[in-house]
Amino acid sequence: MLNHWTYLALALYAASFLCYLRVLYVPHLWLGRLATLLLAGGILLHYYALLERSHGLHTVPYDDLYGSMSLFAWLLGITYLGLEILHRQRSVGAFVTLLLVVWIAVVSWLAPSQMPPTPAARGPLFAFHITLNIWAYAAFALSFVLSVIYLLQDRVLRSHRPGAAFWRFPALDVLDRMSRSSVYVGLGALAFGVVSGLIWEHRLTGAYAWGDPKVVVTLLIVAAYVIYLVLSRSAGWRGARAARICALNFAIVLFSYTIVNLYLTAFHRYF
Amino acid sequence: MPSISNARNSGPARVTGAVRVALIGCNHRTAPLELRERVAFSNEQALDAAAELKRRGIVEEAVVVSTCNRSELYGVPGDANDSVTDAMEDFLTAFHRIPRTELEGRTYRWMGTDAIRHLFRVASGLDSMLLGEAEILGQIRTAYGRALEHGATGPILNRAFQGALEVGKRVRAETEVGARPMSVSLAGVKLAERVFGSLKGRSALILGAGEVAEQVVEHLRNRGIESLRVVNRSFERAKNLAERMGGEAITWDSLEKALATPDIIVTSVGEVGEVLTREKLVRAIEARDGRPIFVVDLGVPRNVAPDAAGLYNLYLYNIDDLGEIVEQNRRARESEIPRAEAIISEHVAKFEAWRTALESSSVVDDLRGRFRKERELLLREHLDAAQGVSPEERQRILNITEELIERVLSEPDARLRHGRGMRGRLGAIDALRHVFGIEKQSGGDEEPE
Repeated sequence: MLNHWTYLALALYAASFLCYLRVLYVPHLWLGRLATLLLAGGILLHYYALLERSHGLHTVPYDDLYGSMSLFAWLLGITYLGLEILHRQRSVGAFVTLLLVVWIAVVSWLAPSQMPPTPAARGPLFAFHITLNIWAYAAFALSFVLSVIYLLQDRVLRSHRPGAAFWRFPALDVLDRMSRSSVYVGLGALAFGVVSGLIWEHRLTGAYAWGDPKVVVTLLIVAAYVIYLVLSRSAGWRGARAARICALNFAIVLFSYTIVNLYLTAFHRYF
Repeated sequence: MPSISNARNSGPARVTGAVRVALIGCNHRTAPLELRERVAFSNEQALDAAAELKRRGIVEEAVVVSTCNRSELYGVPGDANDSVTDAMEDFLTAFHRIPRTELEGRTYRWMGTDAIRHLFRVASGLDSMLLGEAEILGQIRTAYGRALEHGATGPILNRAFQGALEVGKRVRAETEVGARPMSVSLAGVKLAERVFGSLKGRSALILGAGEVAEQVVEHLRNRGIESLRVVNRSFERAKNLAERMGGEAITWDSLEKALATPDIIVTSVGEVGEVLTREKLVRAIEARDGRPIFVVDLGVPRNVAPDAAGLYNLYLYNIDDLGEIVEQNRRARESEIPRAEAIISEHVAKFEAWRTALESSSVVDDLRGRFRKERELLLREHLDAAQGVSPEERQRILNITEELIERVLSEPDARLRHGRGMRGRLGAIDALRHVFGIEKQSGGDEEPE
């Protein structure tokens, strides 16, 4: 069931995308600022959409596929906005907001007509654990987008055929730094998320489920991104090769978020 | 002291007669370099010329714009007839002591809307030799700023030049006319920025001392490159270039060792062929811990082994690659001209609307002054002869006639301000001036005591 905040947020994300896209081709300071403002406005309205859903469920909306994916998109938007401000770089905005628009449109299509039943109360630490993990996935998704743009930009530079948008794209060095920043955010969120999950589980059962496929795959994700961070500063790997690794790492994240959650783990299955 | 930003807000303009901007000038299309050099104005000369144009009564407002590609006199004549451009041309030839015959067929003249459109096109870079070049906007800003500071401008040229600066900025911000590099040297530097982002704190190595390489160095310096090293077969030439550009000269023998440092390498060593082999560059990348290198090969024959282009984290562009990009960019800029022209037309229309409003208000004021003057004459003629008219009665007659004047003028005032079509309104203004004989007003006719 969609609320009107979601539609309004989607409209602002779409408007923001159009502004970012325009700025890619025709540089315009105020239009760029408007794009950022629209994105921020979309994030704010999206927050109200999530809040309304939370009031109905009495918890963070992670328990159903729609709520979880919507939360993912919201955290992706926040992470990007933070990186845009940190790196003072708007030219990636068109790609991220397009992803947001498509994601939310698909998610809305998946939305159940009825509000799902209120899940069992698991406490704030559990909600913290899930939210941080979803935030980590969102940050990794962003690093994926940035790495793909890096690879495209690298290819154009090597082809010697720059098109109109090429001159507006961020430099390889900026994309590299933004991607690493995003991975740092993701790893930080994942670390706190895993620790809070382990504490919650230990309080509940007095043990740790190290053998659960979700835990195993999460540790694999941590290892994969740590390897990326190390290689991205190593001779022979920095640049396009590291970007390729970062993009491929996201396949493990997707695997964890979809296949593992839906089919491989009983302990981490919520929907 | 007036400034460009507050010149527009300096109060309502008051003009007499029709408002038209006149322009005479020559540029790279109409005059050869030799002639352009002779009619160019230094900053001081531009101010002197503007002051002299006003002092001689040729125009009431003046701005002289002079760059390496153009010399233009903009003025607002008190009496708007086309002969003002003749007077301006006479002045131009006299100022530079050039026989008038030498300028025949070498100048262009525009009046009114055409002059404004020309100014806006110049500010947008559409009239420049290098389409969309950015320098002209700064040159116009400087020329206007100095004229404003020295009191050579007035409400009309203030508005026109403020508009030109606004149009110039808009065209560059909203179209691709001024975007993308248009020279080989700038294309090389811009491509390096696509790899490294800001070039501040980066290092460059220049091999050879060709002309284009020097231009690249200048662009790199403008972008705050930190370290610049120059190497040439002749150490003396390397030293000369390094001294000019604020870099460090190194000997040819230490070239390979020096390759480990720079982020950007520019080569333009003539007639020696390959200087940087693939093996040398592989070693350089290894020594740099795999950090990217951007190489611009301006040499003919090429100075960098072509197969080095495939090296990981090495971006190699030769003179043909850059030339092709410049050509592609030129086509892209040209395709943006219609959009730039649309912005210019929008601002020309805005200026014309403002001018019409100004003229409407001016002609109504002139009519009011005319009626009041006639009333004063009539009152003197009739009341002074009549006996027994008290001051109170006289004041009452004045009040009644004042109301009559306002009632008579309210209809034409409204029609001039809100009538359909700018051309129609301007035609009505001209007709009114002609019918009432107020084409040219002197200040003393305005308000009777």
